[in-house]
Amino acid sequence: MGWLAALGALFAPASAWAQDGMRVWLPQAVTTTAPVIDRLFYVVLAITGAVFIGVQLTLVYFLIRYRRRPGVRAGYTHGNNLVEVVWTAIPAIILVWLSLRSQQVWSQVRGTPPPPDLEVAITAQQFAWNIHYPGADRRFGRTDASLIDEASNPIGLDRTDPTAQDDLVSVNQLHLPLNQTVLIHLKAKDVIHSFFVPQFRLKQDAVPGITSRMWVQPTTAGNFDIACAELCGLGHYRMRGFLTIESPEEFQNWLTQSLAEQAL
Amino acid sequence: MSGASHTTHDAADGMRKVVNSQLIFLGLLFVPLLSLLLPAQAAWIRWGSLAVLAAAVVVMRRTLFSSDHKVIGVQFLITSLVMLFVGGLLAALIRLQLGWPNQAWPWLGKILPGGFPEGGPMDPTFYNMLFTMHGSIMIFFAIIPLLVGVFGNYLIPLKIGAGDMAFPKLNMYSYWLVPPAIAVVCAGFFMESGAAAGGWTAYAPLSTTLGPGQVCWIVGVIILGSSSIMGAANYLTTIINLRAPGMSFFRLPLAIWALFITAIMVLLATPVLASALILLLLDSTAGTSFFLPAGLVIDGVVQARAGGQVLLWQHLFWFYSHPAVYIMILPAMGIVSEILPVFARKPLFGYHSMVYAIMGIALLGFLVWAHHMFTSGMNPTLGTSFMVSTMVIAVPSAIKTFNWLGTLWRGSIQLTTPMLHAIAFVSMFVIGGLTGIFAASTPVDLYLHDTYFIVGHLHYVLFGGSLFGIFAGVTFWYPKMFGRMLNERLGKIHCALTFICFNAVMFPMFILGIAGMPRRIYDYTAYTHLAQVGGLNRMMSVAAFVLVAAQVLFIINFFRSLAHGKVAGQNPWQANTLEWATASPPPHGNFTTTPTVYHGPYEYSVPGRKEDWLAQNVKA
Amino acid sequence: MERSRMWSPLLIATLIAIGCGGGKPQEASATPDAPEGRPVQVAEAPAGAQPAVGGSSAVIQGTVTLDGQAPKPATLKMSADPVCQQAHSSPVYAEDVVASAQGQLKNVFVYVKDGVSGTYPAPATPVMLDQNGCVYKPHVFGIQVNQPLEVANSDPTAHNVNAKPTANTPFNTAQPSNKAPKVKKAFAKPEVMVKFKCNIHPWMSAYAGVVAHPFFGVSGDDGSFTISGLPAGTYTVEAWHEKYGTQTQSVTVGDGESESVNFTFKAQ
Repeated sequence: MGWLAALGALFAPASAWAQDGMRVWLPQAVTTTAPVIDRLFYVVLAITGAVFIGVQLTLVYFLIRYRRRPGVRAGYTHGNNLVEVVWTAIPAIILVWLSLRSQQVWSQVRGTPPPPDLEVAITAQQFAWNIHYPGADRRFGRTDASLIDEASNPIGLDRTDPTAQDDLVSVNQLHLPLNQTVLIHLKAKDVIHSFFVPQFRLKQDAVPGITSRMWVQPTTAGNFDIACAELCGLGHYRMRGFLTIESPEEFQNWLTQSLAEQAL
Repeated sequence: MSGASHTTHDAADGMRKVVNSQLIFLGLLFVPLLSLLLPAQAAWIRWGSLAVLAAAVVVMRRTLFSSDHKVIGVQFLITSLVMLFVGGLLAALIRLQLGWPNQAWPWLGKILPGGFPEGGPMDPTFYNMLFTMHGSIMIFFAIIPLLVGVFGNYLIPLKIGAGDMAFPKLNMYSYWLVPPAIAVVCAGFFMESGAAAGGWTAYAPLSTTLGPGQVCWIVGVIILGSSSIMGAANYLTTIINLRAPGMSFFRLPLAIWALFITAIMVLLATPVLASALILLLLDSTAGTSFFLPAGLVIDGVVQARAGGQVLLWQHLFWFYSHPAVYIMILPAMGIVSEILPVFARKPLFGYHSMVYAIMGIALLGFLVWAHHMFTSGMNPTLGTSFMVSTMVIAVPSAIKTFNWLGTLWRGSIQLTTPMLHAIAFVSMFVIGGLTGIFAASTPVDLYLHDTYFIVGHLHYVLFGGSLFGIFAGVTFWYPKMFGRMLNERLGKIHCALTFICFNAVMFPMFILGIAGMPRRIYDYTAYTHLAQVGGLNRMMSVAAFVLVAAQVLFIINFFRSLAHGKVAGQNPWQANTLEWATASPPPHGNFTTTPTVYHGPYEYSVPGRKEDWLAQNVKA
Repeated sequence: MERSRMWSPLLIATLIAIGCGGGKPQEASATPDAPEGRPVQVAEAPAGAQPAVGGSSAVIQGTVTLDGQAPKPATLKMSADPVCQQAHSSPVYAEDVVASAQGQLKNVFVYVKDGVSGTYPAPATPVMLDQNGCVYKPHVFGIQVNQPLEVANSDPTAHNVNAKPTANTPFNTAQPSNKAPKVKKAFAKPEVMVKFKCNIHPWMSAYAGVVAHPFFGVSGDDGSFTISGLPAGTYTVEAWHEKYGTQTQSVTVGDGESESVNFTFKAQ
């Protein structure tokens, strides 16, 4: 059994995790829908956890109880139809119930979005998030791929378009106002990316040729990271955006200031 | 009688020759590839090594090119075990980076100058190649060939009482497409542009932008797909036409049922992958736009493509690759269903419901592919239907688990190495299956998709499930294949170490996923929500290294026992099925006289009999 | 990229031939060219790259000016990466047009386009390109064919060095932080200009003029440039500017003479 002790020593780094282990779990939930998804997660965790413990304990019990003993012959049975029906029906009922329970949350998160207070278009590219605010007129200016200049006009915004005059384009900086419904239009220029804010409990792929929509209503102020969750090339791992959730007033100030800076 | 034992000895000798020639061949196969790393002046090494390879093939052609299903099975075994080890080494490199991101590795820089430029930290592109090739090698060159190639070829004729496959030559071709496929896929590692780096899923458009290594990957997988299709057609024909007298479908061992259904899945799904790959190849090399929409601007350059659909690739790919998950688990389930009754000395619980469950899994397996795409931007209503089908597929999986437990109930359980692996399979597959429910629930998947939770889930299915099933099968049929027993003590230590380390690597992945760690991330330290995961990752990495090292025990046991193992005899496990009714290893043609089958495969501990087993070819 | 793609079917064919057991090696004889896909050999030429041609002392020098009002330089918005933003305490401006109040135009690449004969081995001294404060330094530079190029990352953040030549082999290498080793490359063919960019910080760009001989220069803050060590002769001199395009002039210089060539770009 010496090798077991040696193995234990090899896993000593686990103690490092044990110290801050409690923090390695679901991050903060900062939108109206995130706690709903969390609740569903815990429901699934409870069901699967119970089945997991039940099956493993039964397995271990059987291995001990029915281990080979001299003179004891194994039972002879080919099965039992009633038992088969029971253990087919019970999982089926639980899973159908879980589907219905999931569907409720799904339609809330992915169904028709509520009327938005703010719309934002996010165009992902290797390796940056281009955030496009429509400005006071609440209309996005026209974009055209032929106008794209990576350094100065990453989304090809047509600045001659009247609706584009008050549009703000920022790279990696997403600011959202607290307690307002935000509709995000997701696009991609080159390859598939995936917009992932762990604190939103949401991710949505940004697919070239498709405009996907997602909506959020932030409930907690703070600074969070935007990660890319779909492999997009050598810079995938650090396609990091910065999300700031702040009061509507602070948000307006930021918008005004950024527009002024943009004009420079 | 002495004549018979003489033949057996010859057969065992022949199998050792097959193993040796296969190892030599695989070793030589990589020499010309390795020589590509040398400067141009050393071209003579390349040509020399090619000539040596050719000469070796000519010299060894008698042991290399055989149409005997047993030889082909063993060839698949050696080839895919080598690839399994290669895939494991790639995984160790992945863990190296995740355990110690930003760490410089001067000694690795000397071995792998492309991966660790100037002995500095790992190159991010190299990391992308690592997980791409780890996934591809493990799935296409280790698990599928091990389960379908090895056990399909070796077991089908023996277990149904046939002399060989229906199409022995086709069988031989199906094996001989595998080494070229391996060479082509791995060739990328030896090119300046590097190996494929688009993930094993090769999502377009990224995969069309990655250059020659990715193109090699596509071509290699097409070659492998052709091999699978040939094999599957052969298995189906053999099982349908060559069963021994009395071997009705409902007397087939579960392993054969599983391989039969698997072959149907391979035959229906693989052509879809092949055609999708051909379209991807055209998009990558011929300027077509099957998967590329209008308005693409890659690296600031407007692309002259139009009319393609990005999501089409995902639909086609998963239409193959989700059934492929079942292709990788059904045979393992079949193997475990074989082994549990033998070492519980008890009939399989619910034989019929086990068969129907396999059919149910296969049928539903074709209806769940888009559960990989809940976040892809496809219509949410479609997400609902795929959630329901995915939830439903958990039912037959649950039935199987309960029936395995039912088999153990009131058994007389003998914890041999194959049995320990089979029990590990049941235990680990449960975790793999249950965590799948998280991913099936669409809203939960919105959070967990593409995080380490999914990485953990798929490893519990494909390692905890398939690979433990493979270890169970190899250790169980090793005496039949080579006529000698493996060392039990070494086998048990290997099983225990693998089980412990596997869990120490893979279980924390669920926690990382729940903490929001995305997969395929070279360096997670930049993200504030992942500030705490370093210690856990290091622990996993240490466990992963021990896990890889533990496999050396298996290698030692495997090769040592070839010559020094205890002689096995015809039926060392006192099992019922037909492969045990002939010599170990079986002679060419398998059976001296075609056996007749009188009952099902799991008649153990039949009341009123002295022995606790009743072979299928013995009248009660 | 394009060329390596063309090569891949050939490689595959070869590999299939290898994989099939190499039974017919003569069919696979297309591979001797495999070095195509190998890093370019860095020139082994020793220092003292001056040609052995007698009397190489002619000089072409001059000034580049901008006619008209220079556009107001754009402020680089580095909020996309806080590391970049924190590296600067004052605003950083785009370097596409850098002109003094007197109209002296910086960052113009001037080189002898035609008229040079003979071969000029590449110097062993590397050309350095630094990524510092999320800006390439220098913004425009010249390099000889096969002369080593070393790209450093001095920032505690990631950059990817994405060189986009058309005649040479492109490369795109990530440098995760300032701990990453230098990216060492060389260009095998003359090409004016090769663009460098970083996809993580879209504002970053640099340009390299790859020339087969050492007769090139880049205009400085005062718009001046000097090309020295030329043999006597008649040359076509080209000036390249990132925004205003190219201009050529013909000039004849004798041994030991210094000829002045001035370029004027018109502000648009």
